[in-house]
Amino acid sequence: MNIISTRHMKRSFIEEVLERTKKMDPVAESKKQLDILEGKILATLFFEPSTRTNLSFTTAMKMLGGTVIGFDNPRTSSVKKGETLADTIRVVQSYANAIVMRHPNEGAAALAAEFTNIPIINAGDGSNQHPTQALLDLYTILKEKHKIDGLEITLAGDLKYGRTIHSLAYALGKFDVSIVFASPPALRIQRWIINDLKSAGISVKETDNIETTSDVLYLTRIQKERFPDIEEYQKVASAYVLNEESLKKIGKETMIMHPLPRVNEITPEIDHDKRAKYFVQSSYGIPTRMAILSMVMGD
Amino acid sequence: MEKELKVKKIKNGIVLDHLPCGKVLDIIKILNIDKKTGETVSILMNVESASKGKKDIIKIENKKLEDLNIDKIAIIAPNATVNIIKDFQVVKKRKIRIPDIIDIINCPNPSCITNQKEPVKPKLLVEQTEPLKARCYYCERVFTKEELVENI
Repeated sequence: MNIISTRHMKRSFIEEVLERTKKMDPVAESKKQLDILEGKILATLFFEPSTRTNLSFTTAMKMLGGTVIGFDNPRTSSVKKGETLADTIRVVQSYANAIVMRHPNEGAAALAAEFTNIPIINAGDGSNQHPTQALLDLYTILKEKHKIDGLEITLAGDLKYGRTIHSLAYALGKFDVSIVFASPPALRIQRWIINDLKSAGISVKETDNIETTSDVLYLTRIQKERFPDIEEYQKVASAYVLNEESLKKIGKETMIMHPLPRVNEITPEIDHDKRAKYFVQSSYGIPTRMAILSMVMGD
Repeated sequence: MEKELKVKKIKNGIVLDHLPCGKVLDIIKILNIDKKTGETVSILMNVESASKGKKDIIKIENKKLEDLNIDKIAIIAPNATVNIIKDFQVVKKRKIRIPDIIDIINCPNPSCITNQKEPVKPKLLVEQTEPLKARCYYCERVFTKEELVENI
């Protein structure tokens, strides 16, 4: 079993992950180690640096009694010497029972899966997908809102290049939801994602601002490098910042989510607001990844 | 009464018929015909078509079907017909069809893993033929006919 893209996932599979995450949640909270994956080895191959996702997978694997090997700095690995991804995967498969990988190029996880029979878990492939983030996002919505069907979710910020947005949009598309995409015109979500969602019967709207009364506001960072000049960036990015002032225009029951790390887009002064759930969301990364690892490697 | 022909019949070779108007030069580019190969090529543009409006035609003498990259032609001219000519007669007529999987042009996304010297062929899955839309199996992006043609 591979975890490559939420686009391919069936609703029943997502529900199974969410169900299993619910069981792992108290275990993760108590930090008690299980022995489900004792004797199993997980390889974490981070061809692009990551702190959170790597730590989260490592912790999840250790909580299940397994061992972790890997690298998080491609400059010190064989990649630097020009080895193809296909070769790296063929070699590492003999060391481990599953591979978690992050790679700067879109499609890297799908390619890796063609060169091995051990499970591949995509922890981010360029601007394409980050499926385990989407699954933990769904768990957060389910846990905090007690349902997914029937909700309206606003996805905001950099919708064009944000892989967490792409994964979450497709994952939400398996449920009966309405999605609002809020972004500057230059960072709109790709047309084919809109078309795919519409074909799945999802109600989709596009807007320029984050003022919303949706059940969920999922904000992502707008990066400087997406704009030709700094003035243009500042003008655009300021409209996608949540602070005490802009929070007044957000619904009283709107849950605020963010994949983290945040930079300026959510100011610390709103962290205490009961609608702010991004740190809770982040903590669900461990039980979600425990659930996923146990599903792909468990007996 | 026989129709008047603007260009004489060829003895042996290939006739690409029902090409959309204005696409002839794009197709010539992918046929790999030059001084070295030496085939005689006749091009007819804006010819009245019995079925639908106007069309372009390319006649290539002494060219074999296996020498043509039919899949590439199909992307540019999905409704074209290939006629194989032997001794001035059409011995075989074949309608060009867009393949289900396009593997003869690279993924138009430069950042796709298939464009990074990995040992795989491109795999563009055709999701719609009219107008053409294909999704890269690897990077999952969807491309239009124009984006695909640019990459031929």
